[in-house]
Amino acid sequence: MAEVLVLVDHVDGKVRKTTSELLTIARRLGEPSAVFIGSGFDAAKETLAKFGAAKVYRVESPDVLGHLIAPQAELLAQLVGSASPAAVLIPSNAEGKEIAARLAIKTESGLITDAVDVKPGEGGGVATTQSVFAGSYTVEATITKGTPIVTVKPNSAAPEEAPAAAADEVVDFAPSEAAKSARITESKEKQATGRPELTEAAIVVSGGRGTSGDFAPVEALADSLGAAVGASRAAVDAGWYPHTSQVGQTGKQVSPQLYVACGISGAIQHRAGMQTSKTIVAVNKDNEAPIFELVDFGVVGDLFKVLPQATEAIKAAKG
Amino acid sequence: MNIVVCVKYVPDAQADRTFNASDNTTDRENVDGLLSELDEYAVEAALKIVEAGEGEVTVLTVGPDQAADAIKKALQMGAHKGVHVKDDAIHGSDAPATSLVLAEAIKKLTADSPADLVITGMASTDGTMGVVPAMLAERLGLPAVTYAAELTVDGGTATIRRDGDVSTQTIEATLPALVSVTDQINEPRYPSFKGIMAAKKKPVEQLSLADLGLDAAQVGLDASWTKVDSFAARPPRAQGTIVTDEGDGGEKLAAFLAERKFI
Repeated sequence: MAEVLVLVDHVDGKVRKTTSELLTIARRLGEPSAVFIGSGFDAAKETLAKFGAAKVYRVESPDVLGHLIAPQAELLAQLVGSASPAAVLIPSNAEGKEIAARLAIKTESGLITDAVDVKPGEGGGVATTQSVFAGSYTVEATITKGTPIVTVKPNSAAPEEAPAAAADEVVDFAPSEAAKSARITESKEKQATGRPELTEAAIVVSGGRGTSGDFAPVEALADSLGAAVGASRAAVDAGWYPHTSQVGQTGKQVSPQLYVACGISGAIQHRAGMQTSKTIVAVNKDNEAPIFELVDFGVVGDLFKVLPQATEAIKAAKG
Repeated sequence: MNIVVCVKYVPDAQADRTFNASDNTTDRENVDGLLSELDEYAVEAALKIVEAGEGEVTVLTVGPDQAADAIKKALQMGAHKGVHVKDDAIHGSDAPATSLVLAEAIKKLTADSPADLVITGMASTDGTMGVVPAMLAERLGLPAVTYAAELTVDGGTATIRRDGDVSTQTIEATLPALVSVTDQINEPRYPSFKGIMAAKKKPVEQLSLADLGLDAAQVGLDASWTKVDSFAARPPRAQGTIVTDEGDGGEKLAAFLAERKFI
């Protein structure tokens, strides 16, 4: 059976949920071979084995991670050449798409980004589903050239346990000089919030202009639900919340099970980032706010009254 | 400092965007278009650099006739000259082919005066793939520093700050380099009346595929490495329930969540 390369998304061996989703998808197309770059393999091995990685290609050279993504693209190109995989699956985040982009040119292969579903194509090849134009259209596509490369959005597949060997193989790889021409000179870790990552979370609670900068009720509601916290562009531009939390056309696009918009009017800029969420709830003082056109449930009212009351009720229900 | 900014003319995201049923490509005719919002930040970033020293900003686009409007807006902001690659054969090109056309155009227009920087937006607002900048860097053999929230150029080095999810990074590359910028990097200027008038006299060069030494077989729908098999409009959402808070709005919200098994 042909291999399917899966680029492992991890921090020092702590494997992110997206990797288990990609391994599950990879099993539809062939036999998963995880590609693990960096340190911490011993911590990761169990998870990779649990979700079906038959093989793991390992690269530990510090040269590879300190020079942005160009060396990772070179490594994957080398593996595409040696393993002739049926496909390459990469997480659909900023780094992943950049790696996929360079890899597509290096291997002259078709690339689909932000796939929400991946399956074998009719008559071979790889077929994908994407949600486009701010979620207003669904597109079915096929990759027709080279080794299909797909970047896959979080929450696109339910991870399935499928114990496999995760037999590791250290890859003899050194990046070219050209690949090392960009360098990270400083990296400041952000403080972990203890909340789930925005694009992976099952529930997102967002705040907008209506918070007037006070996100406390939004955060309290999020924490009662174990949710991630998002922010509208207005809130980010006002400096109330970091850009990495921005949901919208120029921020992140999320598609969680539940999205709660608090004090957000629902302009297209924002809707583009969340309108494919399965269930949408909004709280806003203005009964004509466009967000109410999207909701499954809405409360017209003051979020400083509604959210705390909801949070208390949720905590009580959870016991 | 010689800077090339790549821009894209895109259907207005506020309008109803759709596909052509004839060939499954994006409908670029029946919807009003404009310079992609994210590209304005790239133009502004380039202008700030040359205004601080000396140099020229050339704005480049690949697109149908109407894409001239994207160039016009950039010239009105202050870019010095424009280059518009247009050719019917380019219709339906995928990202790899788009990057090929852009790369060949850049090679041609910088043959006599090399570019120090190629600047792009982080992604287009229609395709939203965000891959053309890296593909372009790959084809041109340039380092790429992407998602810049801050950019400084000093003595042959470009340094950016990138605000990632897990960390904030300082990244640098020796020029020539490609830089992509986010919407956090600056506030794009509105063209002044003077800028609008001055733009009318600025040169815009039109190039065809033949001018770039490219063949129709290398681009367009048939040459694409991916194929759109079908598209479907998402069904509209069913009307939801809206209540007005009369002292119990929060409880009703919680009740809804319980009913939908979120708690």
